[in-house]
Amino acid sequence: MSLENRVTEIIVNKLGVKAEEVTPEAHFVTDLGADSLDQVELMMDFEDAFDLKISDEEAGKLQTVGAVIDFLKAKGISV
Amino acid sequence: MNNRQAYIVGTGHFVPSRILTNADLERMVDTSDEWITTRSGIKERHISEPSQATSDLSIEAARNAMDAAGWKPEDVQAVIVGTVTPDFVFPCTAAIIANSLGMPNIPCYDFEAGCTGFVYGLIQARALIVSETVDRILVIGGETLTRITNWKDRSSCVLFGDGAGAVAVSSQGPGGLLGGWHWGADGSFGSLLCQKAGGTREPLTHEGLDEGRNTIYMEGGEIFKNAVRAMRDSALFALEKEGITRADVDLLISHQANVRIIDATARALGLPSEKVFVNINKFGNTSSASIPIALDEVVRGGLVKPGMNIVLAAFGAGLTWGGMVLRWK
Repeated sequence: MSLENRVTEIIVNKLGVKAEEVTPEAHFVTDLGADSLDQVELMMDFEDAFDLKISDEEAGKLQTVGAVIDFLKAKGISV
Repeated sequence: MNNRQAYIVGTGHFVPSRILTNADLERMVDTSDEWITTRSGIKERHISEPSQATSDLSIEAARNAMDAAGWKPEDVQAVIVGTVTPDFVFPCTAAIIANSLGMPNIPCYDFEAGCTGFVYGLIQARALIVSETVDRILVIGGETLTRITNWKDRSSCVLFGDGAGAVAVSSQGPGGLLGGWHWGADGSFGSLLCQKAGGTREPLTHEGLDEGRNTIYMEGGEIFKNAVRAMRDSALFALEKEGITRADVDLLISHQANVRIIDATARALGLPSEKVFVNINKFGNTSSASIPIALDEVVRGGLVKPGMNIVLAAFGAGLTWGGMVLRWK
């Protein structure tokens, strides 16, 4: 499974959205209907899935699906 | 090693009669019932009158627990209180309570472990009973958090409420056997949830009062993450110490800080919602009082049957955390 697909799967499970809505440009709040606590829980799911720490400061910048994928790639995560 | 055990033999709680609803808050700050409900699960909370301090709520909760246990004042050999809102920095709230209840000369002390206070108290009570230091002890979690709430902070002022819960703990059952436990703290996260001014680090000044530095400060997102993981781990370690697994859990009573934290903790533990007790909708976050209030509601509501395993999990300022298994006999 690609990194993109894994991230999409996590977002679909947490937010109950359709996979096709989870585009790189999709904004968690305005496009996918997340509130602030959904975002915290998403970051926790990413931390658990990819075994890394995401600080609050970093999390604040991760407002779109693409930003999360870029962030994970920059951390050296491929799957 | 002796075979002494500690049992909860009576529970009680008390909340002030005045209720502040989400609709009331809509008239005080820029918020809405929908915003508060979806982010916290809270619909209303009880607020102390100016004349009601933490001891006043705790005395009533203690009376109810003693009545349930069939205890007279002379039966009580110690009173301990977990609170972040004591009547005074000193003397201790526990001594005020004991004095009002007619219990002279017994040991009394307060301890401060944030919202984990009550679980810390049960762990202490168990140790004091097993070590033959006392036979019967009152453990109380009591708070008047609305005294230190920042009513200008729309994101936090909606969360807190006042109340007290108490349990009578005895070396003689039957009742809720205090089983496996876990407790811990990490001071490196202390600044995430704190009352900045009013202690010796930053005595309260006129300016500090104007800025609300004597009120509750909280970084919600970071707290959320730590809360879920610490409560999950506390529950799991407590279960392991008791020699049972999550499949043996009949009911989770976690600290009632936010229904989203409770739900996430239950998911992390793999517990279905029917095994998770929630009353935050009625009381808000009452810190160390939340678990004993919930426990009393569960017991008086007839939800507790012999043979049941209840797991408690708490998390709070410090940061502190703790869990305990109660095996109802």
